[in-house]
Amino acid sequence: MNGSVSLRNRLNTTVRDIPRSGIRDFFDIVSTMKEVISLGIGEPDFDTPWHVRESTVFALERGATHYTSNFGYLELRRALSRYVARTFGAEYNPENEILITVGVSEALDLALRALLNPGDEVLYHEPCYVSYRATILFAHGVPIAVETRPENGFRLTRAMLEAKVTPRTKVLMLNFPNNPTGAIMSRGDLEAIAAFARERDLVVITDEIYGELTYDSPHCSIASLPGLKDRTLFLHGFSKAWAMTGFRLGYACGPAELIEAMMKVHQYTMLCASSLSQKAALEALTRPEQDVAEMVEEYRRRRNFLVASFADMGLDCHRPLGAFYAFPSVARFGLTARDFALRFLQEEKVAVVPGTAFGECGEGFVRCAYATSMDNIKEAMVRLKRFIGRL
Amino acid sequence: MDELLKILQCNALEPREHIARMLGIPAAEVNQRIADYEKRGVIRGYQAILNEDQLDLEKVTAVIEVKVTPQREGGFDTIANRISRFPEVRSAYLMSGAYDLLLFVEGRTLREVANFVSERLSPLEGVLSTSTHFMLKTYKRFGVLMHQEGSDERLSVTP
Repeated sequence: MNGSVSLRNRLNTTVRDIPRSGIRDFFDIVSTMKEVISLGIGEPDFDTPWHVRESTVFALERGATHYTSNFGYLELRRALSRYVARTFGAEYNPENEILITVGVSEALDLALRALLNPGDEVLYHEPCYVSYRATILFAHGVPIAVETRPENGFRLTRAMLEAKVTPRTKVLMLNFPNNPTGAIMSRGDLEAIAAFARERDLVVITDEIYGELTYDSPHCSIASLPGLKDRTLFLHGFSKAWAMTGFRLGYACGPAELIEAMMKVHQYTMLCASSLSQKAALEALTRPEQDVAEMVEEYRRRRNFLVASFADMGLDCHRPLGAFYAFPSVARFGLTARDFALRFLQEEKVAVVPGTAFGECGEGFVRCAYATSMDNIKEAMVRLKRFIGRL
Repeated sequence: MDELLKILQCNALEPREHIARMLGIPAAEVNQRIADYEKRGVIRGYQAILNEDQLDLEKVTAVIEVKVTPQREGGFDTIANRISRFPEVRSAYLMSGAYDLLLFVEGRTLREVANFVSERLSPLEGVLSTSTHFMLKTYKRFGVLMHQEGSDERLSVTP
């Protein structure tokens, strides 16, 4: 022994026992290889629009380098209030119903910490974003996963929730358009969920980070449904629709009491989101329609190309309607999702993410992100066809 | 604008079969629609976008502002068409503002362009005055940056 002390036994048991993200694990393997075509990247390949970048430089020159209000710049909250009302159909008071956060991830953490007492149950649907389960556990909640299936387009139904709800259930978390499945919910689908939430007196947290990215039908926010706003926390940010992942800027809109409670946690941990990122966001909101429309059009072409290519090679894939992910089934090849992804990576140098990174029910699926150039997608499809031909 | 045209404007060499997949329509329909556009003259041609600064060409480009007198019949079109037909003129536009026509003129040398202006362009009936500017360097053409953008800085796998 060299005198060092093992800290493993002193770590918080919740933190110690939560495994690292399966994505991280896979990233470590991919990053040892060269010239890999990656369909594993969950962020846009587009650059942040130039007017946003340019105005961020200007903001830096002007000295926007200080703390902001804990809630975030009021000017930005006002602009967001208008944008959310126009785009998602729900109105929030910029004074006390909107909180600017460090990405949706922080907003989600704040919300769960503000809401949960130890032992409170949170319903969420899987496959889902990698952080949900861990974030619930960190907040001393009990994560209750509800499996969604390709048979009904990975949508959530009331019956699925009824099967898992208990008297301890406090929160229902939604994420549509969905990462990793690309599923969306129609207004009718959401009305059934909304009725359930009202009857069971649940708080709804809706992560709509991909809300602008739908391809065949418009997005509907559950926050816009009658009678739901008072029990709903709407989470959104700039990462996906504006290709601003590194800016780490998100926001939460909801009832003033909840926003106030979240702000307390935010105030004592984060203080405020980056002032420069807030300035960038303000600029992004000056012409959202043009910026986003161009990217949506390109994503739609790639989605079409990918789905047609899967169909060509006989790979089962439900039609992704939003976000930038396809989630084809690879179950028929008799490999686990992880083995499929590993062999595909080793033999053809294409990275896809095993569905199990998004929950146990992701077994038998892989996530293919089409946030990469059309040339990469074309080449990846040539290699995929070759690969599955050998299996 | 028709999405098919947008795709061709980005990359005219995009295989038709791929365009069909992107748009979710049969390849035969893509071929038919492109043929129609060509026939109607909406698509006037297909060219490569070159970074000529890399080629060390013996070539100069001038941007020329031209003031002209519109003619009684035909307005600016008659004189503009007359000027556009010179092969030295690569592009020609009717403009609002302080002058009427904006020309992009190419020649092998500065002298050659100067000769074109003094011997061909200026003497034309209806041309009142010209102002010639020589281009020094190209940063962007047809929406394409001429210097390489940085490589993709994203991590290879992210949530």
